[in-house]
Amino acid sequence: MNFIKKRRIVIDFEQHPRLKEFQFSFHKILKNPLSLTGLALIFVFFMIAVFAPIIAQPQYEHEPFRIPHEGYSVIPSPPGPGHPFGTTTKQYDIFYGVIWGTRTAFRIGFMVVGSILIIGVIIGSISGYFGGIVDEVLMRIVDIFMSLPLFILAMALVTALGRSLDNIMKSLIIVGWPIYARTIRSSILTLREEDFVKAAKALGAGTLKIIFKHVLPNAIYPVLILASLDIGAMVLTAAALSFLGLGAQEGYADWGQMVSLARNYIVGPQGQPFLYWYVVTIPGLFILFFVLGCNLLGDALRDIFDRKLRRK
Amino acid sequence: MNFFNYIIRRVLLLIVVLIGVTLIIFALLTLFSPEQRASAFIKDIKQLSDINSIIKTYGLDKPVYVQYYNWLRQIFRGNFGWSTTVSRTVLDAFRFFLPNTVELAIFSAPLIILGGIWLGTLSAVHRDKPVDHFSRFLAIVGWSLPTFWFGLILLMVFYGYFRGLFPPEILGYEAQAYVGSAEFVRYTKINTIDALLNGKLWIFVDAIRHLVLPVITLTVIQIALVMRIMRSSMLEALGKGYVLTARAKGAAPKTVIKRHARRNALIPVVTVSGWLFAQLMVGVVITETIFNRKGLGWWWAHAATQLDIPAVLMAVMFNGVLFVVTNLIVDILYAYIDPRVRLG
Repeated sequence: MNFIKKRRIVIDFEQHPRLKEFQFSFHKILKNPLSLTGLALIFVFFMIAVFAPIIAQPQYEHEPFRIPHEGYSVIPSPPGPGHPFGTTTKQYDIFYGVIWGTRTAFRIGFMVVGSILIIGVIIGSISGYFGGIVDEVLMRIVDIFMSLPLFILAMALVTALGRSLDNIMKSLIIVGWPIYARTIRSSILTLREEDFVKAAKALGAGTLKIIFKHVLPNAIYPVLILASLDIGAMVLTAAALSFLGLGAQEGYADWGQMVSLARNYIVGPQGQPFLYWYVVTIPGLFILFFVLGCNLLGDALRDIFDRKLRRK
Repeated sequence: MNFFNYIIRRVLLLIVVLIGVTLIIFALLTLFSPEQRASAFIKDIKQLSDINSIIKTYGLDKPVYVQYYNWLRQIFRGNFGWSTTVSRTVLDAFRFFLPNTVELAIFSAPLIILGGIWLGTLSAVHRDKPVDHFSRFLAIVGWSLPTFWFGLILLMVFYGYFRGLFPPEILGYEAQAYVGSAEFVRYTKINTIDALLNGKLWIFVDAIRHLVLPVITLTVIQIALVMRIMRSSMLEALGKGYVLTARAKGAAPKTVIKRHARRNALIPVVTVSGWLFAQLMVGVVITETIFNRKGLGWWWAHAATQLDIPAVLMAVMFNGVLFVVTNLIVDILYAYIDPRVRLG
């Protein structure tokens, strides 16, 4: 009696296989110095974003993303009291800009990648599960989108929609989903023929139940990897579009725009070539480290979730 | 199915995709008002003052399918509209800017491809050694670098600190004046090549000095992709049975790496080269803007900020055609190299 009870307790503590796999993944991230660096970088940026109102207090109560500026002098002033990172052209405070820019970056990354993930998964699932003419039509649309470079198409779309940060995000969503749809579709195509799906069908499970319970949980990993690698890429693309002058109105806390504002102050006057170093360097470093963190983490996730490499 | 059928099928698919590309471009066009759209039909500057007649002539107030037909007809006649940023027709501007971009590509593409293959091979052969860690780190940093920021930093150092060692733009004043004069015959319109053909070494040197920074910027960012693909495919090849056989037969390690493993590992690199070209054009937009090199990318970037619709549409179209055509060539090459593709 006692023996059976003991066994039952052991069974109760036995973890769900998915939870176990997750723990294994987490353990692998912590073991690899590169992915740990990525995790640490993202954690720091996350903290900056969360505590932005405390680190840099907004001057305009209802518009926290508006960078405060004193006066309109176009010549940047160096780091000093009140302006830890100095001010850029037109006296916008660089410190305030990069701190609140972190929130902008997170917003761009998660909004864009989250939306294209959802759209891609829905369209890919429909295409992969139903096949036939639906699949053919959807995949030709994907082909067409994928034959155009994302950046150029997004640039054209922003031109058409009008320049603003929201339109940059919209454009990236419109041009970004096809690759997700294709990835999900191809993994569903292979899964559809697997025995466990056939078994579920034989047991009388409905189409929706098969898709959501049996196919998607197994098909989602490649797309999640893609998404984690894409967050950095999307932030970078949005920054580049902002830099070209297609982003938010001047004075909005956005890293790409801050680099763009620095453009006239790259090279200092004769004899002092690095006089305005802070204007371009600081916002650029924020972009670099943010994207680097995302990429390192995404890279680690790819190695971990790749079936071929996972147990090596 | 034989090789010929394979090519035919691919070309037919290409036509479908190209029609789709025109649909996307036209869909973009419909987002603008008829007055703005009219610029996509203008052939010379005098028509700018008579927008209403253009709207009428090309039926810009008619139903969408009529407009699409009219627009497509203009495209096939080679009328891509008027680019307000440079005050030329789009086709003229394209002819004017293309050589400068081609020049940039000629110098960076070999560096990117050969450098990436070399680094990737090195990384795979010395797996998990310092060389591998270093090149992987370099690749991931290169992948995360904002192109526009990196270019500006290079400009700050090499233009500011080393006063004018590697200046921006395309040519210096003197060289520009000489190139524009009658003495200088423009065979290809690509400065470096023309300078050599004319036997003017100083113009060649001047052009190269202006090319150094853009080429470095493009290479550092793009090399990461080639390196990664080369590394993983090389790792796979090194684990194959034929490599083991070659080693067992006593072939020299260098021969095994170069002739047995690397040859086969190159195939995936060939397949992404179409994609690489597309990425190169994206890099060109940013690079040319930073270094003020008046090429296609510079033109498109300026057009995008100044609502120059025909030029932006040209950018989409050019990139679509470039990508589809390079991919077709790559696929045919691939099928030629690897019979499994055309028979499968």
